[in-house]
Amino acid sequence: MVSKRKKKYTTGEAAQFMTRKAALKKLQLSLNDFRKLCILKGIYPREPRNRKRAQKGNTNIKTLYHVKDIQFLLHEPIIWKLRDYKIFNKKVGRARALKDFEKLRRYLDNHPTLKLDHIVKERYPTFIDALRDLDDCLTLCFLFSTFPSLAHVPRDQSALCTRLTLEFMHAVIEAKALRKVFISIKGYYFQVEIKGVTITWIVPHHFSFAPQNKAEVDFKLMSTFVQFYTIMLGFINFRIYHSLNLYYPPKFSAAAPSDSEKSLVDEEVFVAERVAALNFPLSKTSNESVDDDLEIDSFQTGEQDADKIEEAKKDAEKIKKLKTLFKGMKFFLNREVPREPLTFIIRCFGGEVSWDKTLFVGSTFDENDESITHQIVDRPSMEKQYISRYYIQPQWVFDSVNTRELLPVNKYFMGETLPPHLSPFIDKDRDQQYIPPEERGFMIPQYLRNNTRKTKSQMTAMKMMTEMKREKKRLRMDSKRKKIKK
Amino acid sequence: MGEYDDHDTSDEEDIRNTVGNIPMNWYDDYKHLGYDWDGNQIIKPETGDQLDAFLKRMEDPDFWRTVKDPQTGQNVVLSDQDIQMIKRVKAQKIPDVTFDEYAPIIFFSLGLSGLQAKSNRCPSESSRNINVHFYPVKMKPKKVSKLIHALKMGWIKTMAEQEKLRAKKEPQFYMLWQTDDQAEEMRRIHKHIQAPKRLLPGHAESYNPPPEYLFDAKELKEWNKLKTAPWKRKLHFVPEKYDSLRKVPAYPRFIKERFLRCLDLYLCPRAIKMKLSIEPESLVPKLPSPKDLQPFPTILSVEYKGHTDMVRSISTDRTGQYLVSGSDDCTVKIWEVNTGRCLKTIKTDNVVRSVEWCPNAALSLILVASGQEVLLINPDVGDSLVSSKTDTVLKEAPKSDVVISERVRTTIQWSEPTDDQYSRGVRIILKHFKEVSQVSWHGRGDYFATVMPDGQNRSVLISQISKRRSQLPFTKSKGLVQCVLFHPTKPFLFVATQRHVRIYDLLKQTMVKKLLTNSKWISTMAVHPGGDNLLVGTYDRKMLWFDLDLSTKPYQTLRLHGTAVRGVAFHKRYPLFASGSDDRSLIVSHGMVYNDLLQNPLIVPLKRLQNHEPYNDFGIFGVHFHPLQPWLFSSGADGTVKLYSN
Repeated sequence: MVSKRKKKYTTGEAAQFMTRKAALKKLQLSLNDFRKLCILKGIYPREPRNRKRAQKGNTNIKTLYHVKDIQFLLHEPIIWKLRDYKIFNKKVGRARALKDFEKLRRYLDNHPTLKLDHIVKERYPTFIDALRDLDDCLTLCFLFSTFPSLAHVPRDQSALCTRLTLEFMHAVIEAKALRKVFISIKGYYFQVEIKGVTITWIVPHHFSFAPQNKAEVDFKLMSTFVQFYTIMLGFINFRIYHSLNLYYPPKFSAAAPSDSEKSLVDEEVFVAERVAALNFPLSKTSNESVDDDLEIDSFQTGEQDADKIEEAKKDAEKIKKLKTLFKGMKFFLNREVPREPLTFIIRCFGGEVSWDKTLFVGSTFDENDESITHQIVDRPSMEKQYISRYYIQPQWVFDSVNTRELLPVNKYFMGETLPPHLSPFIDKDRDQQYIPPEERGFMIPQYLRNNTRKTKSQMTAMKMMTEMKREKKRLRMDSKRKKIKK
Repeated sequence: MGEYDDHDTSDEEDIRNTVGNIPMNWYDDYKHLGYDWDGNQIIKPETGDQLDAFLKRMEDPDFWRTVKDPQTGQNVVLSDQDIQMIKRVKAQKIPDVTFDEYAPIIFFSLGLSGLQAKSNRCPSESSRNINVHFYPVKMKPKKVSKLIHALKMGWIKTMAEQEKLRAKKEPQFYMLWQTDDQAEEMRRIHKHIQAPKRLLPGHAESYNPPPEYLFDAKELKEWNKLKTAPWKRKLHFVPEKYDSLRKVPAYPRFIKERFLRCLDLYLCPRAIKMKLSIEPESLVPKLPSPKDLQPFPTILSVEYKGHTDMVRSISTDRTGQYLVSGSDDCTVKIWEVNTGRCLKTIKTDNVVRSVEWCPNAALSLILVASGQEVLLINPDVGDSLVSSKTDTVLKEAPKSDVVISERVRTTIQWSEPTDDQYSRGVRIILKHFKEVSQVSWHGRGDYFATVMPDGQNRSVLISQISKRRSQLPFTKSKGLVQCVLFHPTKPFLFVATQRHVRIYDLLKQTMVKKLLTNSKWISTMAVHPGGDNLLVGTYDRKMLWFDLDLSTKPYQTLRLHGTAVRGVAFHKRYPLFASGSDDRSLIVSHGMVYNDLLQNPLIVPLKRLQNHEPYNDFGIFGVHFHPLQPWLFSSGADGTVKLYSN
């Protein structure tokens, strides 16, 4: 008996990978559905070790999926939901074409809905895993919360994003988890630390939405991402609220609508507005404080360890201080100042904040309140000023948070030329890289005092000074020489 | 006179429009609205602009009940009755207040009450089939039962149910993860690779960066030039500076960037690439501080002048008290190391290429290679007892009955010196058939090896003094032999040919190893006193450190010299080695060899000493360490020998 000869590409890498076309055929899905499924399930192509072998001898570059990933998709229940959608679209299209509005309405009322709960759990086995992957989720949700209604984007998605992001911000405020902030030309970067996981997201500047070229940006695709991210963020919010002893959905105890307000607005809108204001503490399910600032005893283990522990302790101390950075301070935001990011930051560090009543709901005190300590303004001058408070520019808040101490306000007064705003995300231990003098100044305070940046006029003045000194020296030398001659 | 005298004439004067029931928008483009009874045009009244309307609204208390009559274009103030009627219509009530809707129905035909009128046929018609009115309508209960059935079956929903369903379709959130870090068992993606996070922004991305981060004209030009290849740009954006936060506009590429990130997340192939991250600290060997490396020779302390030509070779005696040097001026000189005094000058017949002091303490002997002869010279310095004993030992040739083979006899002849030579100190002369370039003692001082590069397969010769016998270890020529060395402890012989170093076991008569130097021409070599490390100098400027336990390839290649390396040496006690080359520089290096086999030797160049004068493009020939002190001798082409001490 001659054993059967093994055919090429039946084992090894060739059998492990599958092109996208083959995957579509296997799953019996259209490309659009497959794309949607991949996004929701978090399936991505994989780079084989040897592309030629994985493509069965073909050297063109193809999108390759792992066979196991495709098999994993094969068992996914939402594939059937996607097929339902196909039928639904056909039915609706037909009814619309026939102008059978009764049927159309019935179909639309019974539209299929995707339930993604199990996928969230499947993609993120633990809560920590979900937190680790929150960067993109938050950035995209914050972006979508600013969107108007768009074609191919579900009508309520933007509102849902707004709701969830605001809830998340409330959770950050309650947990005092904010660590770093940064104003970039792209938007506001916020970095929080929840359960030891650092999460960074960007909130775009105002008016971030602009119509995009169809060939460049596909909102439909982004909307699929958002569809998953909203579910994920909702579950994360729920868990964070739960761990902070808060009600979810958020409730307010103190700010129940008064009778006059009750007649004006319905309750849901009232709560939603309070949530959006970010200026009221949420009511708690129990009064136990969830303090994680437990003191840990130190143990001597080794010299290096001791150093590290010492450093970690110092850091912890600093963070503890940071959490109450603005405590006891009262801020008033002028109307030209972006309200949401500043309210968020100030509230995260224990400050009180308010704004003009007509600007947004939720202002707690007026501008003429004498106990205001800081008024944040972003205009060159103001007619009426109170002596009892500092008029500072918004960058002071950001820089103070990043240096983890209250900076002197004199450089940030209204109308002053601001010092450069530096990124807090730069690795402190880097070497062989340029460090701007301002950053050095934060690290070593004496440095900046000695080496302040010179303006042009100062430079010319300095030059003149040195020139004068030189002249004097020359005169002195001349006189000496004359003396010697004598 | 009322306040409406000027305009409001509608109620009093009857300017009825005669156009009839037509859409009045037909008259939109005309000045008039129609025609009155007399056939005159009814001119549209002036409407006034928005400001007038606003003022009116503010001032006129009846504004809210003023409507425009489309027929005449005039404003009409509604009366209270009119308002009431409108309100009733809106509330879906009968407009007439006085109408009693609950009054008993009076049927036209028979005046029967209490039964529904089935049809609105003419009373006279329905009177034909009177009985019908006595039966309840069949359709209605049927319809009701159908509805009830549909409700029961859930085909139609009540308003409350619909509301509930709608709420259900909205996402519901609950406690999905019971604990923070314990995963529930379920089918998950196979070997998941997490997408890398986006890089965090640097100072350049700030809305108010330090001025040095802003692009100057050149940088901006370069940035623009890379429009077609944006991935080559150092920054993916142009840094900008705004003097105030309110001036910062929305970032135009924000949505695009997010979209690209989305594309990356689901379309970009992922793979785990093991990135070799070598920290720069780990690359730099932990340099011992210079203090730990001391002592090593740093300064020139003694110069031995006297030779008139190039000094090719130097050597010291075991105690380090005397130095011997062999020169091209056909002399061998013995020097006192500490004083630099020349004790003796021994004339030879030919150019001295190699000298070496016998390592045996009981013998006072120097091996000198001069032309074709190798001379064993008793320098007669130091302990007179030793030198006299040496003379007695060497006086009588031991008798042996061993027949010397023809091959050896044609190669070498042992002979006694003449009286003249004896008085000069020569004790034995070995006449070789070719020029001898190098001699080398075995560690015990009984055997020595001589090298004749032109000797073909007889180029290496090992001789024994005590038996006055020589042997040729190799039968075949392995190439142009440059230099040979005995292993300090084992019966091994290192033979350097032009490109390789071979190690032979002399007892087993086999080759142990062949070291590949990867260089063009070996000049010299030295073996570490431990015997496991070999230093090879080459004419192509390199020095090769071989760790014999490690590999047959160089452990380290040192390119410290600018020209050919002519001399290398190890110190017997200190972890030092030195090399001299034609560029006149003498380089002292630290070469620590550890007893621990796992630890590689540490090699640190320490000092470059450059004191010899150039002569015919030659620099330094011989390099030799003092046997006890960290002192270094070097002999140069300028005819001097120099001593460097710490």
